[in-house]
Amino acid sequence: MSAEPLSFWGGYNHKTGEITDRRHPLSGTIASGRVLALPFTRGSSTTTAVLLEAVRAGTAPAAILTTAVDSFFALASIVADEMYGMPIPIIVISREDSAALQNGDKLDIRENGFIYVNS
Amino acid sequence: MVNLETMSLRLTKRDQDMFDGAHGPAVRMAMSILVRMAKVYAAEQLMDISAAHIDSTIYIGEAGLEFAERLAGFGAKVAVPTTLNVSGLDEHHWQEWSVPEDWARNAHRQMIAYQSMGCIPTWTCAPYQTELKPKFGQQIAWGESNAIIFANSVLGARTERYPDLLDICCAITGRVPAVGLHLAENRAGEILINLTDIPPEIQIDDSFYPVLGHLIGKIAQDRIPVVNGLQVRPGEDQLKALGAAAASSGAVALFHIPGVTPEAPTLKAAFQDRQPIRTIDLSMQDLRVARRELTSADGDRLDMVVLGSPHFSLAEFKQLAPLLEGRHAYPDVRLLVTSSRAMVHLAKKAGCLDALESFGGKVTVDTCILATPMLPPGVKALMTNSAKYAYYAPGLLGTQVTFGSLSDCVRSAIEGRVVRDETLWRD
Repeated sequence: MSAEPLSFWGGYNHKTGEITDRRHPLSGTIASGRVLALPFTRGSSTTTAVLLEAVRAGTAPAAILTTAVDSFFALASIVADEMYGMPIPIIVISREDSAALQNGDKLDIRENGFIYVNS
Repeated sequence: MVNLETMSLRLTKRDQDMFDGAHGPAVRMAMSILVRMAKVYAAEQLMDISAAHIDSTIYIGEAGLEFAERLAGFGAKVAVPTTLNVSGLDEHHWQEWSVPEDWARNAHRQMIAYQSMGCIPTWTCAPYQTELKPKFGQQIAWGESNAIIFANSVLGARTERYPDLLDICCAITGRVPAVGLHLAENRAGEILINLTDIPPEIQIDDSFYPVLGHLIGKIAQDRIPVVNGLQVRPGEDQLKALGAAAASSGAVALFHIPGVTPEAPTLKAAFQDRQPIRTIDLSMQDLRVARRELTSADGDRLDMVVLGSPHFSLAEFKQLAPLLEGRHAYPDVRLLVTSSRAMVHLAKKAGCLDALESFGGKVTVDTCILATPMLPPGVKALMTNSAKYAYYAPGLLGTQVTFGSLSDCVRSAIEGRVVRDETLWRD
Protein backbone atom coordinates (compact mmCIF):
# COMPACT_ATOMS: atom_id res chain seq x y z
CA MET A 1 0.00 0.00 0.00
CA SER A 2 1.08 3.56 -0.63
CA ALA A 3 -0.25 7.09 -0.30
CA GLU A 4 1.31 7.93 -3.70
CA PRO A 5 -0.87 7.66 -6.81
CA LEU A 6 0.41 5.36 -9.57
CA SER A 7 0.12 5.17 -13.35
CA PHE A 8 -0.05 1.52 -14.48
CA TRP A 9 1.37 2.54 -17.88
CA GLY A 10 5.07 2.71 -17.16
CA GLY A 11 4.29 1.73 -13.59
CA TYR A 12 3.04 -1.88 -13.71
CA ASN A 13 4.51 -4.77 -15.68
CA HIS A 14 1.54 -6.88 -16.79
CA LYS A 15 3.84 -9.79 -17.61
CA THR A 16 5.23 -10.05 -14.08
CA GLY A 17 2.91 -8.04 -11.83
CA GLU A 18 5.83 -5.88 -10.69
CA ILE A 19 5.40 -2.18 -9.90
CA THR A 20 8.01 -0.57 -12.14
CA ASP A 21 7.59 3.20 -11.62
CA ARG A 22 11.09 3.90 -10.29
CA ARG A 23 9.87 7.10 -8.61
CA HIS A 24 7.14 5.26 -6.70
CA PRO A 25 7.61 3.99 -3.12
CA LEU A 26 6.30 0.54 -4.16
CA SER A 27 8.83 0.22 -7.01
CA GLY A 28 9.97 -3.41 -7.23
CA THR A 29 6.98 -4.82 -5.32
CA ILE A 30 5.12 -7.73 -6.94
CA ALA A 31 1.43 -6.87 -6.62
CA SER A 32 -0.12 -9.84 -8.41
CA GLY A 33 -2.49 -11.81 -6.22
CA ARG A 34 -2.20 -9.21 -3.43
CA VAL A 35 -4.44 -6.32 -2.42
CA LEU A 36 -3.12 -3.02 -3.75
CA ALA A 37 -4.11 0.13 -1.85
CA LEU A 38 -3.52 3.48 -3.56
CA PRO A 39 -5.25 6.88 -3.45
CA PHE A 40 -5.98 6.85 -7.22
CA THR A 41 -4.20 6.59 -10.58
CA ARG A 42 -2.12 9.36 -12.02
CA GLY A 43 -1.14 10.23 -15.57
CA SER A 44 -1.70 8.07 -18.57
CA SER A 45 -5.12 7.03 -19.83
CA THR A 46 -3.50 3.69 -20.77
CA THR A 47 -3.63 2.50 -17.13
CA THR A 48 -6.93 0.74 -17.87
CA ALA A 49 -5.49 -1.21 -20.80
CA VAL A 50 -2.49 -2.35 -18.72
CA LEU A 51 -4.70 -3.56 -15.87
CA LEU A 52 -6.91 -5.44 -18.35
CA GLU A 53 -3.83 -7.19 -19.78
CA ALA A 54 -2.77 -8.08 -16.24
CA VAL A 55 -6.19 -9.61 -15.48
CA ARG A 56 -6.00 -11.70 -18.68
CA ALA A 57 -2.42 -12.76 -17.90
CA GLY A 58 -3.22 -13.60 -14.27
CA THR A 59 -0.80 -10.98 -12.92
CA ALA A 60 -3.33 -8.43 -11.65
CA PRO A 61 -3.72 -7.53 -7.97
CA ALA A 62 -6.38 -9.64 -6.22
CA ALA A 63 -8.23 -6.39 -5.45
CA ILE A 64 -7.54 -2.67 -5.54
CA LEU A 65 -8.53 -0.24 -2.77
CA THR A 66 -8.63 3.49 -3.54
CA THR A 67 -9.57 6.55 -1.49
CA ALA A 68 -11.48 8.18 -4.38
CA VAL A 69 -13.60 6.63 -7.12
CA ASP A 70 -11.06 5.74 -9.80
CA SER A 71 -12.74 5.30 -13.16
CA PHE A 72 -9.59 3.89 -14.79
CA PHE A 73 -9.45 0.90 -12.44
CA ALA A 74 -13.24 0.46 -12.47
CA LEU A 75 -13.31 0.30 -16.26
CA ALA A 76 -10.61 -2.37 -16.39
CA SER A 77 -12.69 -4.51 -14.05
CA ILE A 78 -15.90 -3.93 -16.04
CA VAL A 79 -14.23 -4.78 -19.37
CA ALA A 80 -12.54 -7.83 -17.80
CA ASP A 81 -16.04 -8.93 -16.79
CA GLU A 82 -17.53 -8.25 -20.27
CA MET A 83 -14.66 -9.95 -22.11
CA TYR A 84 -13.58 -12.78 -19.82
CA GLY A 85 -16.10 -12.95 -16.97
CA MET A 86 -13.18 -12.04 -14.66
CA PRO A 87 -13.93 -8.77 -12.80
CA ILE A 88 -11.63 -7.81 -9.92
CA PRO A 89 -12.88 -5.98 -6.82
CA ILE A 90 -12.21 -2.23 -6.95
CA ILE A 91 -13.33 -0.71 -3.66
CA VAL A 92 -13.37 2.87 -2.41
CA ILE A 93 -12.45 3.26 1.26
CA SER A 94 -12.11 6.40 3.39
CA ARG A 95 -8.73 8.03 3.89
CA GLU A 96 -8.99 7.19 7.60
CA ASP A 97 -9.57 3.50 6.86
CA SER A 98 -6.76 3.58 4.34
CA ALA A 99 -4.39 5.16 6.87
CA ALA A 100 -5.24 2.40 9.36
CA LEU A 101 -4.11 -0.34 6.95
CA GLN A 102 -0.58 -1.69 7.12
CA ASN A 103 1.55 -3.51 4.58
CA GLY A 104 1.11 -7.23 5.12
CA ASP A 105 -2.40 -7.02 6.67
CA LYS A 106 -4.61 -9.95 5.69
CA LEU A 107 -7.86 -8.73 4.14
CA ASP A 108 -11.08 -10.66 3.68
CA ILE A 109 -13.10 -8.90 0.97
CA ARG A 110 -16.76 -9.86 0.72
CA GLU A 111 -19.06 -9.72 -2.30
CA ASN A 112 -21.04 -6.84 -0.72
CA GLY A 113 -17.89 -4.71 -0.47
CA PHE A 114 -17.26 -5.21 3.26
CA ILE A 115 -13.61 -5.65 4.15
CA TYR A 116 -12.44 -7.49 7.26
CA VAL A 117 -8.88 -6.84 8.40
CA ASN A 118 -6.82 -9.63 10.04
CA SER A 119 -10.02 -11.37 11.19
CA MET B 1 -18.87 3.00 -0.20
CA VAL B 2 -20.60 3.75 -3.48
CA ASN B 3 -23.56 1.47 -4.06
CA LEU B 4 -24.16 1.22 -7.78
CA GLU B 5 -27.55 -0.44 -7.47
CA THR B 6 -29.20 2.44 -5.61
CA MET B 7 -28.07 5.14 -8.02
CA SER B 8 -30.45 6.40 -10.61
CA LEU B 9 -29.25 6.66 -14.18
CA ARG B 10 -32.03 7.77 -16.53
CA LEU B 11 -31.64 6.48 -20.08
CA THR B 12 -33.45 7.98 -23.06
CA LYS B 13 -35.49 5.69 -25.31
CA ARG B 14 -32.61 5.69 -27.79
CA ASP B 15 -30.04 4.88 -25.06
CA GLN B 16 -32.24 2.02 -23.91
CA ASP B 17 -32.57 0.70 -27.48
CA MET B 18 -28.79 0.77 -27.87
CA PHE B 19 -28.42 -0.99 -24.52
CA ASP B 20 -30.98 -3.64 -25.51
CA GLY B 21 -29.24 -4.45 -28.78
CA ALA B 22 -31.63 -2.78 -31.26
CA HIS B 23 -28.61 -1.14 -32.94
CA GLY B 24 -26.58 -4.35 -33.22
CA PRO B 25 -24.07 -6.21 -31.05
CA ALA B 26 -21.23 -3.65 -31.24
CA VAL B 27 -23.44 -0.83 -30.01
CA ARG B 28 -24.87 -3.14 -27.33
CA MET B 29 -21.37 -4.02 -26.05
CA ALA B 30 -20.27 -0.36 -26.09
CA MET B 31 -23.47 0.80 -24.38
CA SER B 32 -23.28 -1.93 -21.75
CA ILE B 33 -19.77 -0.80 -20.76
CA LEU B 34 -20.80 2.88 -20.93
CA VAL B 35 -23.85 2.40 -18.72
CA ARG B 36 -21.87 0.50 -16.07
CA MET B 37 -19.25 3.26 -16.16
CA ALA B 38 -21.93 5.98 -15.97
CA LYS B 39 -22.90 4.45 -12.62
CA VAL B 40 -19.27 4.55 -11.47
CA TYR B 41 -19.23 8.25 -12.40
CA ALA B 42 -22.56 8.65 -10.50
CA ALA B 43 -24.13 10.13 -13.64
CA GLU B 44 -27.87 10.73 -13.72
CA GLN B 45 -27.99 10.82 -17.50
CA LEU B 46 -25.93 10.53 -20.67
CA MET B 47 -25.27 13.37 -23.11
CA ASP B 48 -24.25 13.78 -26.76
CA ILE B 49 -20.71 14.33 -27.98
CA SER B 50 -19.71 15.52 -31.45
CA ALA B 51 -16.13 14.17 -31.68
CA ALA B 52 -13.84 11.58 -30.12
CA HIS B 53 -10.13 10.74 -29.91
CA ILE B 54 -9.17 7.13 -29.30
CA ASP B 55 -6.19 6.21 -27.11
CA SER B 56 -7.07 2.49 -27.12
CA THR B 57 -4.99 2.26 -30.33
CA ILE B 58 -1.82 1.76 -28.26
CA TYR B 59 -0.98 -1.95 -28.41
CA ILE B 60 -0.22 -3.31 -24.95
CA GLY B 61 -1.03 -6.99 -25.39
CA GLU B 62 -3.56 -9.65 -26.30
CA ALA B 63 -6.46 -8.34 -24.22
CA GLY B 64 -6.56 -4.91 -25.85
CA LEU B 65 -6.31 -6.52 -29.28
CA GLU B 66 -9.10 -8.99 -28.48
CA PHE B 67 -11.27 -6.10 -27.28
CA ALA B 68 -10.68 -4.12 -30.52
CA GLU B 69 -11.23 -7.14 -32.75
CA ARG B 70 -14.39 -8.17 -30.90
CA LEU B 71 -15.89 -4.71 -31.53
CA ALA B 72 -14.64 -4.65 -35.14
CA GLY B 73 -15.94 -8.20 -35.67
CA PHE B 74 -19.37 -7.05 -34.48
CA GLY B 75 -19.26 -4.44 -37.26
CA ALA B 76 -18.69 -1.44 -34.96
CA LYS B 77 -18.79 2.01 -36.57
CA VAL B 78 -18.12 5.31 -34.79
CA ALA B 79 -21.07 7.69 -34.58
CA VAL B 80 -19.02 10.93 -34.53
CA PRO B 81 -15.82 12.15 -36.27
CA THR B 82 -13.10 10.23 -34.45
CA THR B 83 -9.33 10.69 -34.56
CA LEU B 84 -6.81 8.00 -33.61
CA ASN B 85 -3.95 8.32 -31.14
CA VAL B 86 -0.50 6.80 -31.62
CA SER B 87 -0.44 3.10 -32.40
CA GLY B 88 2.09 0.48 -31.43
CA LEU B 89 3.84 0.63 -34.79
CA ASP B 90 5.29 2.96 -37.42
CA GLU B 91 3.27 1.18 -40.10
CA HIS B 92 5.70 1.62 -42.98
CA HIS B 93 9.09 2.00 -41.29
CA TRP B 94 9.12 -0.43 -38.37
CA GLN B 95 11.61 -2.74 -40.07
CA GLU B 96 14.27 -0.02 -39.75
CA TRP B 97 14.22 -0.53 -35.98
CA SER B 98 14.31 -3.38 -33.46
CA VAL B 99 10.56 -4.10 -33.46
CA PRO B 100 9.92 -7.87 -33.12
CA GLU B 101 7.82 -9.32 -35.93
CA ASP B 102 5.08 -10.79 -33.76
CA TRP B 103 4.68 -7.43 -32.02
CA ALA B 104 4.42 -5.72 -35.42
CA ARG B 105 1.79 -8.20 -36.57
CA ASN B 106 -0.39 -7.74 -33.50
CA ALA B 107 0.03 -3.97 -33.32
CA HIS B 108 -0.89 -3.76 -36.99
CA ARG B 109 -4.02 -5.87 -36.45
CA GLN B 110 -5.03 -3.42 -33.74
CA MET B 111 -4.50 -0.47 -36.15
CA ILE B 112 -6.68 -2.16 -38.74
CA ALA B 113 -9.41 -2.94 -36.22
CA TYR B 114 -9.78 0.72 -35.22
CA GLN B 115 -9.56 1.97 -38.80
CA SER B 116 -12.31 -0.46 -39.80
CA MET B 117 -14.63 1.29 -37.34
CA GLY B 118 -14.53 4.41 -39.52
CA CYS B 119 -11.99 6.36 -37.45
CA ILE B 120 -9.68 8.88 -39.14
CA PRO B 121 -6.14 7.41 -39.18
CA THR B 122 -4.37 10.46 -37.73
CA TRP B 123 -2.08 8.27 -35.56
CA THR B 124 -1.03 11.15 -33.35
CA CYS B 125 -1.02 12.11 -29.69
CA ALA B 126 -1.33 15.77 -30.74
CA PRO B 127 -4.70 15.72 -32.58
CA TYR B 128 -5.22 19.29 -31.36
CA GLN B 129 -2.56 20.40 -33.85
CA THR B 130 -4.48 19.01 -36.83
CA GLU B 131 -7.39 20.53 -38.74
CA LEU B 132 -9.62 18.22 -36.71
CA LYS B 133 -9.02 20.10 -33.45
CA PRO B 134 -12.19 20.72 -31.44
CA LYS B 135 -13.77 24.12 -30.94
CA PHE B 136 -14.40 26.17 -27.82
CA GLY B 137 -17.25 24.68 -25.80
CA GLN B 138 -17.51 21.54 -27.98
CA GLN B 139 -18.48 18.37 -26.08
CA ILE B 140 -16.00 15.60 -26.92
CA ALA B 141 -14.76 12.25 -25.58
CA TRP B 142 -10.99 12.24 -25.73
CA GLY B 143 -8.43 9.73 -24.50
CA GLU B 144 -4.63 10.36 -24.17
CA SER B 145 -3.73 12.39 -21.09
CA ASN B 146 -1.81 15.13 -22.92
CA ALA B 147 -4.56 15.57 -25.52
CA ILE B 148 -7.24 15.73 -22.83
CA ILE B 149 -5.50 18.47 -20.87
CA PHE B 150 -4.76 20.49 -24.05
CA ALA B 151 -8.33 20.22 -25.38
CA ASN B 152 -9.84 21.30 -22.06
CA SER B 153 -7.35 23.98 -21.08
CA VAL B 154 -6.03 25.57 -24.27
CA LEU B 155 -9.00 25.04 -26.63
CA GLY B 156 -11.82 25.20 -24.08
CA ALA B 157 -13.43 22.05 -25.47
CA ARG B 158 -15.01 19.78 -22.84
CA THR B 159 -13.90 16.26 -22.10
CA GLU B 160 -13.59 14.07 -19.04
CA ARG B 161 -10.32 12.20 -18.53
CA TYR B 162 -11.39 9.17 -20.57
CA PRO B 163 -9.48 5.95 -20.09
CA ASP B 164 -8.54 3.61 -22.95
CA LEU B 165 -11.38 1.28 -23.96
CA LEU B 166 -14.09 3.69 -22.78
CA ASP B 167 -13.14 6.30 -25.41
CA ILE B 168 -14.16 3.96 -28.24
CA CYS B 169 -17.43 3.02 -26.46
CA CYS B 170 -18.29 6.74 -26.34
CA ALA B 171 -17.39 7.14 -30.02
CA ILE B 172 -19.57 4.18 -31.07
CA THR B 173 -22.61 5.35 -29.09
CA GLY B 174 -22.01 9.10 -29.47
CA ARG B 175 -22.84 9.39 -25.75
CA VAL B 176 -20.97 10.11 -22.51
CA PRO B 177 -21.96 10.30 -18.84
CA ALA B 178 -23.11 13.88 -18.16
CA VAL B 179 -20.62 14.56 -15.39
CA GLY B 180 -17.31 16.17 -14.52
CA LEU B 181 -15.60 18.46 -16.98
CA HIS B 182 -18.49 18.25 -19.46
CA LEU B 183 -20.39 20.61 -17.10
CA ALA B 184 -19.36 24.28 -16.79
CA GLU B 185 -19.71 24.38 -13.00
CA ASN B 186 -17.07 21.66 -12.58
CA ARG B 187 -14.47 23.56 -14.58
CA ALA B 188 -13.60 26.22 -11.99
CA GLY B 189 -10.04 26.48 -10.73
CA GLU B 190 -9.40 24.82 -7.36
CA ILE B 191 -5.75 25.44 -6.51
CA LEU B 192 -4.02 28.79 -6.92
CA ILE B 193 -0.35 28.49 -7.88
CA ASN B 194 1.52 31.81 -7.68
CA LEU B 195 4.86 32.14 -9.44
CA THR B 196 6.90 34.36 -7.14
CA ASP B 197 10.54 34.92 -8.03
CA ILE B 198 10.83 33.25 -11.46
CA PRO B 199 12.95 35.58 -13.65
CA PRO B 200 11.59 36.43 -17.13
CA GLU B 201 14.69 34.96 -18.81
CA ILE B 202 13.71 31.56 -17.35
CA GLN B 203 10.11 32.09 -18.47
CA ILE B 204 11.16 32.42 -22.11
CA ASP B 205 13.42 29.34 -21.97
CA ASP B 206 11.76 26.32 -23.64
CA SER B 207 12.65 23.98 -20.77
CA PHE B 208 10.69 26.14 -18.29
CA TYR B 209 7.28 24.83 -19.41
CA PRO B 210 7.88 21.06 -19.03
CA VAL B 211 9.55 21.69 -15.65
CA LEU B 212 6.68 23.89 -14.47
CA GLY B 213 4.16 21.31 -15.74
CA HIS B 214 5.92 18.50 -13.87
CA LEU B 215 5.72 20.55 -10.67
CA ILE B 216 2.09 21.56 -11.21
CA GLY B 217 1.04 17.94 -11.76
CA LYS B 218 2.62 16.92 -8.47
CA ILE B 219 0.97 19.76 -6.59
CA ALA B 220 -2.48 19.62 -8.18
CA GLN B 221 -2.76 15.79 -8.49
CA ASP B 222 -6.38 15.43 -9.68
CA ARG B 223 -7.44 19.05 -8.99
CA ILE B 224 -7.74 22.03 -11.34
CA PRO B 225 -4.75 24.36 -10.95
CA VAL B 226 -4.69 28.05 -11.85
CA VAL B 227 -1.20 29.31 -12.68
CA ASN B 228 -0.84 32.97 -11.84
CA GLY B 229 2.08 35.34 -12.35
CA LEU B 230 3.47 34.41 -15.78
CA GLN B 231 5.18 37.47 -17.23
CA VAL B 232 5.38 36.19 -20.79
CA ARG B 233 2.67 34.77 -23.02
CA PRO B 234 3.41 31.08 -23.68
CA GLY B 235 3.01 29.76 -27.23
CA GLU B 236 1.02 26.72 -28.32
CA ASP B 237 3.95 24.28 -28.10
CA GLN B 238 4.92 25.61 -24.68
CA LEU B 239 1.38 25.04 -23.39
CA LYS B 240 1.49 21.58 -24.98
CA ALA B 241 4.72 20.79 -23.08
CA LEU B 242 3.32 22.15 -19.82
CA GLY B 243 0.11 20.13 -20.15
CA ALA B 244 1.82 16.87 -21.11
CA ALA B 245 4.10 17.18 -18.08
CA ALA B 246 1.26 17.97 -15.65
CA ALA B 247 -0.79 15.05 -17.00
CA SER B 248 2.15 12.69 -16.42
CA SER B 249 3.21 13.62 -12.88
CA GLY B 250 -0.42 14.18 -11.86
CA ALA B 251 -3.93 13.37 -13.02
CA VAL B 252 -4.55 16.93 -14.19
CA ALA B 253 -7.16 17.23 -16.97
CA LEU B 254 -7.64 21.02 -16.95
CA PHE B 255 -5.58 24.04 -15.96
CA HIS B 256 -6.19 27.76 -16.30
CA ILE B 257 -3.72 30.59 -16.90
CA PRO B 258 -5.40 33.98 -16.46
CA GLY B 259 -5.13 36.08 -19.61
CA VAL B 260 -3.93 33.09 -21.65
CA THR B 261 -6.40 30.17 -21.58
CA PRO B 262 -9.93 30.83 -22.88
CA GLU B 263 -11.95 30.16 -19.73
CA ALA B 264 -9.74 32.47 -17.67
CA PRO B 265 -9.94 36.04 -18.99
CA THR B 266 -9.22 37.07 -15.38
CA LEU B 267 -8.09 35.35 -12.18
CA LYS B 268 -11.62 35.74 -10.78
CA ALA B 269 -13.12 34.11 -13.87
CA ALA B 270 -10.66 31.19 -13.62
CA PHE B 271 -12.16 30.40 -10.20
CA GLN B 272 -15.74 31.19 -11.32
CA ASP B 273 -15.81 33.71 -8.44
CA ARG B 274 -15.10 30.98 -5.87
CA GLN B 275 -12.20 30.87 -3.40
CA PRO B 276 -9.22 28.58 -4.05
CA ILE B 277 -9.18 25.56 -1.75
CA ARG B 278 -5.42 25.98 -1.49
CA THR B 279 -2.82 28.59 -2.48
CA ILE B 280 0.80 27.69 -3.16
CA ASP B 281 3.72 29.97 -3.96
CA LEU B 282 6.33 28.53 -6.31
CA SER B 283 9.88 29.78 -6.18
CA MET B 284 12.92 29.30 -8.38
CA GLN B 285 14.16 26.72 -5.87
CA ASP B 286 11.02 24.58 -6.38
CA LEU B 287 11.66 24.68 -10.13
CA ARG B 288 15.28 23.58 -9.69
CA VAL B 289 14.16 20.57 -7.66
CA ALA B 290 11.51 19.67 -10.27
CA ARG B 291 14.06 19.96 -13.07
CA ARG B 292 16.42 17.60 -11.21
CA GLU B 293 13.61 15.05 -10.77
CA LEU B 294 13.21 14.77 -14.55
CA THR B 295 16.74 13.37 -14.85
CA SER B 296 17.38 9.81 -13.73
CA ALA B 297 20.88 9.47 -15.26
CA ASP B 298 23.91 10.25 -13.13
CA GLY B 299 26.69 10.44 -15.73
CA ASP B 300 27.20 12.02 -19.13
CA ARG B 301 26.76 8.85 -21.21
CA LEU B 302 24.53 9.45 -24.24
CA ASP B 303 23.17 6.90 -26.73
CA MET B 304 20.19 8.72 -28.16
CA VAL B 305 18.49 12.09 -28.17
CA VAL B 306 14.74 11.78 -28.56
CA LEU B 307 12.36 14.65 -29.29
CA GLY B 308 8.64 14.76 -29.93
CA SER B 309 6.45 13.75 -26.98
CA PRO B 310 3.81 14.94 -27.59
CA HIS B 311 4.38 14.60 -31.33
CA PHE B 312 6.61 17.31 -32.83
CA SER B 313 4.73 20.15 -34.54
CA LEU B 314 5.68 22.04 -37.69
CA ALA B 315 6.76 24.99 -35.52
CA GLU B 316 9.06 22.68 -33.53
CA PHE B 317 10.59 21.27 -36.74
CA LYS B 318 11.22 24.88 -37.81
CA GLN B 319 12.86 25.63 -34.48
CA LEU B 320 15.06 22.51 -34.67
CA ALA B 321 16.29 22.81 -38.28
CA PRO B 322 18.64 25.82 -37.87
CA LEU B 323 20.23 24.21 -34.79
CA LEU B 324 21.22 21.20 -36.93
CA GLU B 325 22.28 23.09 -40.05
CA GLY B 326 25.80 22.10 -41.13
CA ARG B 327 26.36 19.93 -38.03
CA HIS B 328 26.61 16.17 -37.54
CA ALA B 329 25.64 13.82 -34.76
CA TYR B 330 28.57 12.23 -32.91
CA PRO B 331 29.32 8.73 -34.27
CA ASP B 332 26.95 6.12 -32.78
CA VAL B 333 24.78 8.77 -31.10
CA ARG B 334 21.30 8.84 -32.57
CA LEU B 335 18.83 11.69 -32.88
CA LEU B 336 15.18 10.70 -33.24
CA VAL B 337 12.12 12.91 -33.71
CA THR B 338 8.67 11.35 -33.20
CA SER B 339 5.77 12.99 -35.01
CA SER B 340 2.73 12.35 -37.19
CA ARG B 341 2.63 11.60 -40.92
CA ALA B 342 0.77 14.86 -41.57
CA MET B 343 3.24 16.99 -39.62
CA VAL B 344 6.27 15.31 -41.22
CA HIS B 345 4.73 15.97 -44.63
CA LEU B 346 4.36 19.66 -43.78
CA ALA B 347 7.89 19.82 -42.36
CA LYS B 348 9.24 18.28 -45.54
CA LYS B 349 7.38 20.80 -47.70
CA ALA B 350 8.74 23.58 -45.52
CA GLY B 351 12.27 22.29 -46.13
CA CYS B 352 12.90 21.45 -42.46
CA LEU B 353 13.90 17.81 -42.94
CA ASP B 354 17.06 18.25 -45.02
CA ALA B 355 19.09 19.56 -42.09
CA LEU B 356 17.79 16.71 -39.91
CA GLU B 357 18.79 14.10 -42.48
CA SER B 358 22.28 15.46 -43.12
CA PHE B 359 22.79 15.72 -39.35
CA GLY B 360 22.17 11.97 -39.20
CA GLY B 361 18.79 12.27 -37.49
CA LYS B 362 15.70 10.16 -38.11
CA VAL B 363 11.96 10.58 -37.96
CA THR B 364 9.43 8.04 -36.71
CA VAL B 365 5.71 8.48 -37.32
CA ASP B 366 2.42 6.89 -36.10
CA THR B 367 3.90 5.98 -32.71
CA CYS B 368 6.59 6.95 -30.19
CA ILE B 369 9.43 5.28 -28.29
CA LEU B 370 7.08 4.57 -25.35
CA ALA B 371 4.44 2.82 -27.46
CA THR B 372 6.55 0.57 -29.70
CA PRO B 373 9.62 -1.55 -28.80
CA MET B 374 11.81 0.12 -31.41
CA LEU B 375 14.96 1.04 -29.49
CA PRO B 376 17.99 -1.17 -30.17
CA PRO B 377 19.12 -3.10 -27.05
CA GLY B 378 22.31 -1.02 -26.74
CA VAL B 379 20.38 2.20 -26.18
CA LYS B 380 20.52 2.73 -22.42
CA ALA B 381 21.05 6.48 -21.99
CA LEU B 382 18.52 8.90 -23.45
CA MET B 383 18.30 12.66 -23.48
CA THR B 384 15.12 14.59 -24.18
CA ASN B 385 13.44 17.98 -23.90
CA SER B 386 10.12 16.27 -23.14
CA ALA B 387 8.97 15.88 -19.55
CA LYS B 388 6.66 13.09 -20.69
CA TYR B 389 9.50 11.05 -22.19
CA ALA B 390 11.62 11.83 -19.13
CA TYR B 391 8.82 10.74 -16.81
CA TYR B 392 7.95 7.42 -18.46
CA ALA B 393 11.18 6.18 -20.09
CA PRO B 394 12.81 4.73 -16.95
CA GLY B 395 9.71 2.63 -16.05
CA LEU B 396 8.63 1.65 -19.58
CA LEU B 397 12.00 1.21 -21.28
CA GLY B 398 14.39 0.64 -18.41
CA THR B 399 16.66 3.38 -19.75
CA GLN B 400 18.35 6.26 -17.97
CA VAL B 401 17.21 9.68 -19.05
CA THR B 402 18.52 13.25 -18.87
CA PHE B 403 16.19 16.19 -19.30
CA GLY B 404 17.46 19.33 -21.08
CA SER B 405 16.41 22.18 -23.36
CA LEU B 406 16.18 21.69 -27.12
CA SER B 407 19.56 23.32 -27.65
CA ASP B 408 21.12 21.22 -24.83
CA CYS B 409 19.80 18.12 -26.61
CA VAL B 410 21.28 19.12 -29.98
CA ARG B 411 24.62 20.13 -28.48
CA SER B 412 24.81 16.82 -26.62
CA ALA B 413 24.08 14.86 -29.81
CA ILE B 414 26.97 16.71 -31.49
CA GLU B 415 29.43 16.21 -28.62
CA GLY B 416 28.36 12.63 -27.95
CA ARG B 417 27.85 13.19 -24.23
CA VAL B 418 25.32 14.96 -22.05
CA VAL B 419 26.02 18.69 -21.83
CA ARG B 420 23.62 21.20 -20.35
CA ASP B 421 23.79 24.96 -20.16
CA GLU B 422 23.21 25.64 -16.45
CA THR B 423 23.49 29.43 -16.67
CA LEU B 424 19.78 30.04 -16.13
CA TRP B 425 19.25 27.30 -13.55
CA ARG B 426 22.24 27.83 -11.27
CA ASP B 427 21.56 28.62 -7.56
